Amino acid sequence: MNDLAPAPHRKARIATASLAGCFGCHMAILDIDERLIDLMKLVDVDRSPLTDKKRFTDRCDIGIIEGGCCNEENVHVLHDFRRNCDVLIALGQCAIMGGLPAMRNAIMHSDAPLRECLDEAYITGKYIRNTTHQVPNDPALPLLLDEVYPCAQVVEIDFQIPGCAPSGDIIFDTLAKLLNGKFRGFEPEMIKFD
Amino acid sequence: MSDNRRESSFVFTIDGVEVKAFSGQTIMEAADEAGVYIPRLCDHEGLRHQGSCRVCTVKAGGRSVAACTQPASPGQSVDNETASLTKMRRDLVEMLFHEGNHLCPICEASGNCELQAMAYRLDMTEATRFPYLEPCRALDASHPDIALDTNRCISCGRCIRASQDVDGKGVFGYVGRGIHRRVAVNGENLADTDAEAADHAMSSEVCPVGCIIRKRVGFVTPIGEREFDKGLIGHEIEEKRK
Repeated sequence: MNDLAPAPHRKARIATASLAGCFGCHMAILDIDERLIDLMKLVDVDRSPLTDKKRFTDRCDIGIIEGGCCNEENVHVLHDFRRNCDVLIALGQCAIMGGLPAMRNAIMHSDAPLRECLDEAYITGKYIRNTTHQVPNDPALPLLLDEVYPCAQVVEIDFQIPGCAPSGDIIFDTLAKLLNGKFRGFEPEMIKFD
Repeated sequence: MSDNRRESSFVFTIDGVEVKAFSGQTIMEAADEAGVYIPRLCDHEGLRHQGSCRVCTVKAGGRSVAACTQPASPGQSVDNETASLTKMRRDLVEMLFHEGNHLCPICEASGNCELQAMAYRLDMTEATRFPYLEPCRALDASHPDIALDTNRCISCGRCIRASQDVDGKGVFGYVGRGIHRRVAVNGENLADTDAEAADHAMSSEVCPVGCIIRKRVGFVTPIGEREFDKGLIGHEIEEKRK
């Protein structure tokens, strides 16, 4: 199932970022296993937790985003990726529809779900030991958004790879097909939301 | 009866495939017997047809009709898997996802969920154009054996029909109108009703999503062995034709 074309004269540049996610989707990238060696012949990795580069060094062909937007920093990073990447991929359910962090958007019977979430997590919850009795408010912390937003509600997203986390197969298959210009959608059997 | 049925049989076509039907059969009943799968959510084997989810919409004689309620007629030409019908069905399923709170990664019905399986079959993978409504809906855990997480209810009404027609009880019913129409229980909460874990309405096959939950059995089936890990929704019906 190796769809990779021979190495072209120029390697494609790929960047990745994890926003409001659990890094599970980045771990899933490693599930590509030994096919990573073939993939790395075709791509250079620019800004990414995999290279520990914090800024773009060049324009990228493909940007891969894990996680949705739960704070202002996520939004800045996502805009930066859209500006610097030709093709932007939302990887996994959090990037696609908010995922687990979006559970805070609709807390039962609450008019202010974010406030209720923070109160229970830091002040009123039965099992917490928070001696300050305050919600963390260090100025270095990015401000939380009122809701958790899927990536497509913040910037234009070109492709979405579903899964929680997506399988190594669907990630490799999609990247391989995008790199040789043959991506025509997913096999229905490969689509999973969990 | 069988002689009568044979006498009154006729032929019509679905996507060009000849399908045999008996008078009084709906398009979907005839299609199921012939091994042609028409996607559906509110329809379930053994329950009376309702025709409310419209996922089974087909084109018959140039008109959009619900295949689960529309009687088949001789010589009719029915369109089922066309690009426009598939797109319309995908939009309907997507809107159902957006109308409630459907978080597959945390749902114990994941892998056994017909809504999710329908999204897989209809390729619901593109960036959405619809807003998420994110309603605040109640969780009813009052009953000792059953819980209701109405965040996941798609108002298909299968539990209503199962409770009324099979169990003879009427535990569930519709309340409200339009977008506010919801499935409700006949009492303050589920513990207030005569619901029992043995009811057909409470069985895992009746609720297509993860709204009616049996307590203490969640996540028993490992990933890879759940109903829709084995194949796309509808594959059992399609295999009849092979």
